[in-house]
Amino acid sequence: MSSTDNETGDEGTMGGKKEMIRDWLILVAMIIGATVLLSFFPAKIEPSLSTGMDYLTEMAWVLPAVMILMGLFKVWISRELVVKYLGKASGLKGIFIAALLGSTPTGPLYVAFPLAAAMFDKGARTMNIVVFLSAWAAMKIPQEMLEIQFLGLNFMAIRLVLTLVSVSLMGLVMEKIIEKTDPLKVQAEV
Amino acid sequence: MNATALVINGFAIIGFIISFIKNKEKSVQALKVAGKSFLKMLPMVLIIVVLVGLLLGFIPPGGIEKFFGGQSGILGALIIGGAGAILHIPSLIAFPLAGSLRESGASVTSAAAFITTLTMIGTVYLPVEIKILGKKFALLRNGLSFLVAMVISLLMGLIL
Repeated sequence: MSSTDNETGDEGTMGGKKEMIRDWLILVAMIIGATVLLSFFPAKIEPSLSTGMDYLTEMAWVLPAVMILMGLFKVWISRELVVKYLGKASGLKGIFIAALLGSTPTGPLYVAFPLAAAMFDKGARTMNIVVFLSAWAAMKIPQEMLEIQFLGLNFMAIRLVLTLVSVSLMGLVMEKIIEKTDPLKVQAEV
Repeated sequence: MNATALVINGFAIIGFIISFIKNKEKSVQALKVAGKSFLKMLPMVLIIVVLVGLLLGFIPPGGIEKFFGGQSGILGALIIGGAGAILHIPSLIAFPLAGSLRESGASVTSAAAFITTLTMIGTVYLPVEIKILGKKFALLRNGLSFLVAMVISLLMGLIL
């Protein structure tokens, strides 16, 4: 499938125009393929078309709003702001700040890696960095909204809570493993 | 238009109004970003629409249920979770896809496994992650994320 940077429309570093042309070509090929396929199975035309249209309508109701929210996050929450706040946070509060900071900026996951590296340099805890990256990947606010729309509020809320708890534990485990196997680095950090 | 769509649009409108009062230029910039992202997403959205239409039109109602339904259990979650870890689908599009799988009989566990691995694990970005954050960190994060995703989705199946 296509690259995740389609999600944001920013950077243009990985992908861009070429990807877009490729996506349009895939779409045209798929429409031709679907037309040929459906011409052999006329009984399937009605169910395929009506499901497709249902999805299109549902997407049309939410996607523009989701895009605007992402645009607002992008202009109001700068990368510098994120690094600045995460460097200081600690404890339970640190986890929440890390999750919050990860869930608001827009951009594909690879944009978050240099930020995470910068946080390491500033002395942030491994645990918080893991939570931050996980939130960036899996707890984006626009994503949650689409999740409610297509899978329901219960599904989204339970998955969000489970994700937050488990990635915090995962961060703690990673921190211990990295400390144990890499004592020199920890000493340098202290 | 359902309630969720109303809330999402409400958020966007209120957010934009507040932003506009605070800073006109930034708000126009946000709209430009939104417009560009929308155009970039559009072909993928339409591809998924065609795909979902064909998928649900052609696969008999029992088909998806057989492989990813309530009976498929851990193996079903592992397969669909593995697919989610390797595939590279924009997450915004993954939710409608998971929703359609759900409607055609996939279990909560399968849908959760698919979305969770898809968003948390970036196999495509692994070389970049290794380069920037180190091999140990990157491999640990992606490996443990898969484990965590499996636990989350099995728990989701038990709760919902």
